[in-house]
Amino acid sequence: MKLSDIVYVLPELVLLLGAALVFLLDILWLRRAASAERRMSWLPGVAIIVLLVAALAMIPSQGQQLVAATMISVDAFALFFKALALMGVGLVILTAMPYMKGRTPFGGEFYALMLVTALAISLAVSANNLILIYVSFEFLSITSYVLAGYFREDRKSGEAALKYFLYGATASAVMLYGMSLIYGATGTTDLAQISAALRTRDQADLVWLMVPAIIMLLAGFGFKASLVPFHQWAPDTYEGAPTPVTAFLSTASKATGFAILMRVFITAFGGVASIPWAPVLIVIAVITMSLGNLVALRQTNVKRLLAYSSIAQAGYILIGVAAASANPDLTFNGINGVLIYLLAYLFTNLGAFAVVIAIENETGKVEIKDYAGLIYRAPLLAGALVIFLLSLAGIPPTGGFLGKFFVFGAAVQSQMWVLLAIAAINTVVAAFYYLNIARYMFFTPRDEAAARVRVSPAFAVTVGITAVVTVLLGLAPQPLIEWASASASSLLSALP
Amino acid sequence: MNNLLLIIITFTPLLGALLTLLPWGKWFSLDKAREERLIKLGATAISTLPLGLAIMLWFAYNQSAGGMQFEVKVPWIEAINVSFHIGVDGLSVPFIFLTTFLTTLGLYYSSRVIRTRVREFFFLFLLLEMGMLGVFIALDLVLFYVFWEFGLVPMYFLIGIWGQAKDRPQYSAIKFFLYTMAGSVFMLLAILGIYFVTGSFDILEAQAAQPFAGNVWLSSLAFFAFFIAFAIKVPSWPFHTWLPDAHTAAPTAGSVILAGVLLKLGAYGILRIALPVFPEAAHRFAIVIVALGVISIIYGAFVSMAQWDLKRLIAYSSVSHMGYILLGVGAAAAAIGNAELVDASSMALSGAALQMFTHGLSTGALFFLVGVIYERAHVRDLKMFGGFSSKMPYFYGLFAVAAFTSLGLPTLAGFWSELFVFRGAFAIVSVWAVIGIIGIVLTAAYILWKIVQHTFLGEYDPNKIAHWTDVETGEELHGPKDVALFEKVTLWPLTIFMILFGIFPALILTFFNNTFVDLMQGLAK
Repeated sequence: MKLSDIVYVLPELVLLLGAALVFLLDILWLRRAASAERRMSWLPGVAIIVLLVAALAMIPSQGQQLVAATMISVDAFALFFKALALMGVGLVILTAMPYMKGRTPFGGEFYALMLVTALAISLAVSANNLILIYVSFEFLSITSYVLAGYFREDRKSGEAALKYFLYGATASAVMLYGMSLIYGATGTTDLAQISAALRTRDQADLVWLMVPAIIMLLAGFGFKASLVPFHQWAPDTYEGAPTPVTAFLSTASKATGFAILMRVFITAFGGVASIPWAPVLIVIAVITMSLGNLVALRQTNVKRLLAYSSIAQAGYILIGVAAASANPDLTFNGINGVLIYLLAYLFTNLGAFAVVIAIENETGKVEIKDYAGLIYRAPLLAGALVIFLLSLAGIPPTGGFLGKFFVFGAAVQSQMWVLLAIAAINTVVAAFYYLNIARYMFFTPRDEAAARVRVSPAFAVTVGITAVVTVLLGLAPQPLIEWASASASSLLSALP
Repeated sequence: MNNLLLIIITFTPLLGALLTLLPWGKWFSLDKAREERLIKLGATAISTLPLGLAIMLWFAYNQSAGGMQFEVKVPWIEAINVSFHIGVDGLSVPFIFLTTFLTTLGLYYSSRVIRTRVREFFFLFLLLEMGMLGVFIALDLVLFYVFWEFGLVPMYFLIGIWGQAKDRPQYSAIKFFLYTMAGSVFMLLAILGIYFVTGSFDILEAQAAQPFAGNVWLSSLAFFAFFIAFAIKVPSWPFHTWLPDAHTAAPTAGSVILAGVLLKLGAYGILRIALPVFPEAAHRFAIVIVALGVISIIYGAFVSMAQWDLKRLIAYSSVSHMGYILLGVGAAAAAIGNAELVDASSMALSGAALQMFTHGLSTGALFFLVGVIYERAHVRDLKMFGGFSSKMPYFYGLFAVAAFTSLGLPTLAGFWSELFVFRGAFAIVSVWAVIGIIGIVLTAAYILWKIVQHTFLGEYDPNKIAHWTDVETGEELHGPKDVALFEKVTLWPLTIFMILFGIFPALILTFFNNTFVDLMQGLAK
């Protein structure tokens, strides 16, 4: 390890220092009664600048494929998820600015904590050692628990945090046990060495050890990615947490779960033929999408509906991992589909949540029936929400369609016909509840007493950016496909 | 210019749609009524541009050269070899005309009868036109799919927002959407399957490569993935149940477009993709296609006969009439590979395509005519009608032309399409064709007995419908008033074309015939 390797962890350093800066500014300089208003508008600005600087700090890592500080891979795959996390956290901060005002006196730490989550994600997606994976995973979880319970006066927020914490603690304990089994079998925690060890051993003996280990690992990763049956925390936490935090949990945090899952499974177990992880993933994918969609049909609360929709979407995304192919030259290698899907989903879902937050902020209502006649009260929000819903349903030309196209494409290539048939039926089921929201917004007469919804500039910017990106990803997807494919091949090239 | 022609035709409606969203009232300080009038006028006016260009395209298409013309092919998503590939052949040119023609009429008619949420209506209608035109020009499977799915969205809103509350528009709208989507998701999987065999999403390359040929399982799966998606849209029995609901609930112009163009997208898809790309599988399952067609003909006709709601009756008659198309296609599929039957099979296909076109004209006209009576009486129940011939003779005359076209009366356009379908099918699948021909008798029965007799003949009873509306002024009347000027303007062009193509079918048949002779000769080798 050389000291010059520090340039590869610059983004993490920037985020760390930036988070500390926001904490300090909040406490020392701006915490005066007269400046509360100013503090709440300055701190998010500082946080966004920190994110931009962190994005610039990724430049030295560009195009590298190496291991820094023995546990951190510097590769295109990690960079993809770091960029995704920065974009996600930035958009969440934008929606939180008007939302936090007046809801809690503790505004400053929120933005610092959001920066900390970005730091945790950056570490988690580049870790190539089970120890660092566990530590950064816990790091992300603990910050998320705090964020979910951020409204300490609000009982629902408290319930959200507690549920999230209890499930999370259990999941990570189980995951740690799985990691210890792997260490016991191979004598190492380094992913590449695990792969090497597994390939030299007599593999037949290891199956009985590795299958439980894999399932235990999945409990941890699946908890973050909200895969069934590790999803039970999601609906209550999504409903109770401050809505910007919900938006974060359903996008950037979920993407992190998938990133770790892919790195561990591809790098450590990818080249080992006798360890049957693909069938396990197929079964989980089928259960996840079917359960998520069927339960979503019955929801009356928008946040809960989006929670179950987010579970179902995780099922589609998992198809890409299950269909992952070792050949990085293929245009549909599964992994690139997952990356495309996650990025498109990030913008789509954050956009949908931005609309939900904007409406909740004005009216305090989050039931689907409160959206009746929204087209009269907030035509632009209603129109944008239709775009997001169509993208979630996978209707072209949107980013959501592109994601499904690539994930399904990988499965067609692997000839997983039964999985595909179930996924296709699920897509149709999902269209029903997505369009149900559109039905309320456009077909149902408005409540005459309901006033027009005022949209503050931060929401307008967030909704505008996400809507434009969602459509652009459908119309001009070439750059994203190239980026995702390059990132995916950096991961796949680790395979023997 | 030649290269841009199709792009201008397709995307002018999109431009128009975006223009309707601008705050014209604020800019020109107009009140709401005037702004709405401006939007109505502007949308109708802008739709005449694609119509004019479509007529130009009709004459500019070089029939003696045949094949794909006005092609444009530029890379779109290079990573997976998707290109923006568009072009027209003898099959698509008439339907581009039909789409733009019915859209302009629909917009004009709607600008007189749509009174609520005007801006949204014209925005969605123009968006819908773009989606439909896109399907007819797309020569890349991804592009085709994008337009195919995209067209669902505006129609969903058109049915749901402007439907009459008693027709359950919300239910009908989502049913329409989910049925079509259920088919098209599987089509998407088949499209991906083609890509992994041919390495491209190009429709023409796929036709040349004939993916999965020789592999019974995969070719059958892929063929049915496409065929069912298209059969739902056509719609063929047993996938037709969304159609009566959607038709009944949709506003008049929406029904016209639904029957006139959207159903044709399904048949077009079969002729453009399912048949030429999977000739082997189509041949293997030809009898299934024929049987579905014949069942649709008979079943649709019987169900039509049992309806008392005029709009529902015409909706079911569409199921019956679209059955002729499947019969023709199935007959041609049965003849694939047999060089002696090239004439008969291309005749059957030409008849099928002509049926698509004439059904678009006649059923489009019939739905406008239902709109005419509904705007006045606010009921569509045939039991409430009767004796209108004496009160509304002009209406009776226009209705008769459309109804007789639908029935297949010689010298009207519908006759030729049925003649060609059956003439072709007799030579190939004679038994089925004989069964199918019963449908013509049944059609005559429901048109003459059900519609003409119950609506126009008999004594007019003023007590049946007490309240009539004057469509021009909105005043209440005590008796029906004959067709208003704007309705004549809407209906006369359709009537003229029904008669014109009845007397000179060759004007349009040459388009189809040349295309299908080429196709069947290519497949016979």
